[in-house]
Amino acid sequence: MQSKDQDSNSPKQRDHVISPKLDRVFAELYRIYQFIARFFKEVFLPPYEMREVIRQCYEVGVKSLPLISLTGFIIGIVFTNQSRPSLAEFGATSWLPSLISIAIVRALAPLVTALIAAGRVGSNMGAELGSMRVTEQIDAMEVSATNPFKFLVVTRVLATTFMIPALMMYVMLVALLGGFLNINANEQTSFTTYFTQVFEAISFLDIFSSLIKSVLFGFTIGVVGCYKGYFSSKGTEGVGKAANSSVVTAMFLVFIEELLAMQVINLFR
Amino acid sequence: MKKPPHQIDKSQKVIEIEGLRKSFGDLHVLRGVDLDLYKGENLVILGKSGTGKSVLIKIISGLLQQDEGRVNVLGQDVNQLKPRDLDQLRLKIGFSFQNSALYDSMTIRENLEFPLVRNLRNLTRKEINERVERVLDAVGLLQSINQMPSELSGGQRKRIGIARTLILTPEIMLYDEPTAGLDPITCIDINNLINEVQERFHTSSIIITHDLTCAKTVGDRVVMLLDGQFQRQGTFEEVFNTQDERVKLFHDYNFID
Repeated sequence: MQSKDQDSNSPKQRDHVISPKLDRVFAELYRIYQFIARFFKEVFLPPYEMREVIRQCYEVGVKSLPLISLTGFIIGIVFTNQSRPSLAEFGATSWLPSLISIAIVRALAPLVTALIAAGRVGSNMGAELGSMRVTEQIDAMEVSATNPFKFLVVTRVLATTFMIPALMMYVMLVALLGGFLNINANEQTSFTTYFTQVFEAISFLDIFSSLIKSVLFGFTIGVVGCYKGYFSSKGTEGVGKAANSSVVTAMFLVFIEELLAMQVINLFR
Repeated sequence: MKKPPHQIDKSQKVIEIEGLRKSFGDLHVLRGVDLDLYKGENLVILGKSGTGKSVLIKIISGLLQQDEGRVNVLGQDVNQLKPRDLDQLRLKIGFSFQNSALYDSMTIRENLEFPLVRNLRNLTRKEINERVERVLDAVGLLQSINQMPSELSGGQRKRIGIARTLILTPEIMLYDEPTAGLDPITCIDINNLINEVQERFHTSSIIITHDLTCAKTVGDRVVMLLDGQFQRQGTFEEVFNTQDERVKLFHDYNFID
């Protein structure tokens, strides 16, 4: 009798190219590539589901406002408070507005917005599309001659791609206001002086690069959430997994993209 | 309730299937299925769970692709159609899903309007309302128009699912386990509804089930799917008048159950 190892390596039995695990990874990567390519194809083809895009923008943007406002404001206050002692050692607390503005505009606002959106919006998309998949609602859409990819995926990815940069600008403003309140309470700096220093410290490139990053983050969160949900399987367990892995994968990719974007932007600085 | 008499046009085939094969990995589900559905006919496909009954109607509606064989619906080869032509064909096919597949986030009205507003874009609001109310009336659930799917019972959801397929006035109806998970009284209601739909909308239907009462009540012809092939076909009595143990067991178990 042949051993198990011999069995799997014999030419007749071998059903993998590299190894079963690696084959699966490459197959998954190819499927993601196809998913993204289909998005870019469908997004330009009519019919345009404008009403659904607007509804999704409302879901992603407006409904995230309370959470994102609170988080942005607290980050502004906490970051200012935590930075003060280090600057105070050198008698440089007057640099606080510059420090805060650079930190918030260049990194904190895009990252915080993306992470909150990945948690709130990404998981929601994964769970919603996952449950639609396992309860055959996506099939029902398809047999009623509606393109479910266009109606469910394209609209959601567009919404995150448009709304996360907008939310990021909002977080920037709210966090800077939080920073101002803290500085005003401790150093009695006026509103005009604070914002003059804030805008002197940052350049157009800082805001522009953060916007571009946010577009990328928004696209990533939308694609990951929709991909995980759209191809969900294994019943209710699959829905939970889709929601969970949407958040984990999106957050992981956001950090990787932030790291890469930082390297690229530094080339232009 | 006994099935009301109606006309079957044996000269006109609405669905023709030849040599259909479908496998999922090593699992060979359909192994050379041949089938014709005639205009005005209610065809019941019987078989155990996991024998490929649902796979068959998913192939007919273009949700799945066969490995081999030909599926011709209303004179068109489903596999050869471009996406736009397939969508046009799908407007003539109503698919009632096993779990109704109603859109959770929409009211019953929105569920019914969804295929209408997407496919018949020149309809006025008044015409849309009329159509929605007409099909809801046909399934006896006009009063539920503003409810959410989660507020309805299983039987009501099935009825709404059927209403949603009827709104585009299809020529062919595909029912996937219409009585699965329902109590016997609601099963009778659903069986009657299938007959009413056939009578009122002049549809030709394929009904997938393992419920023999349903098969007896709604089927003009019954076929039995065993080991990936249709083993027996005819009227209900003809199919079960056999010494084949597998068929007899199916019959006995169903009625004991």
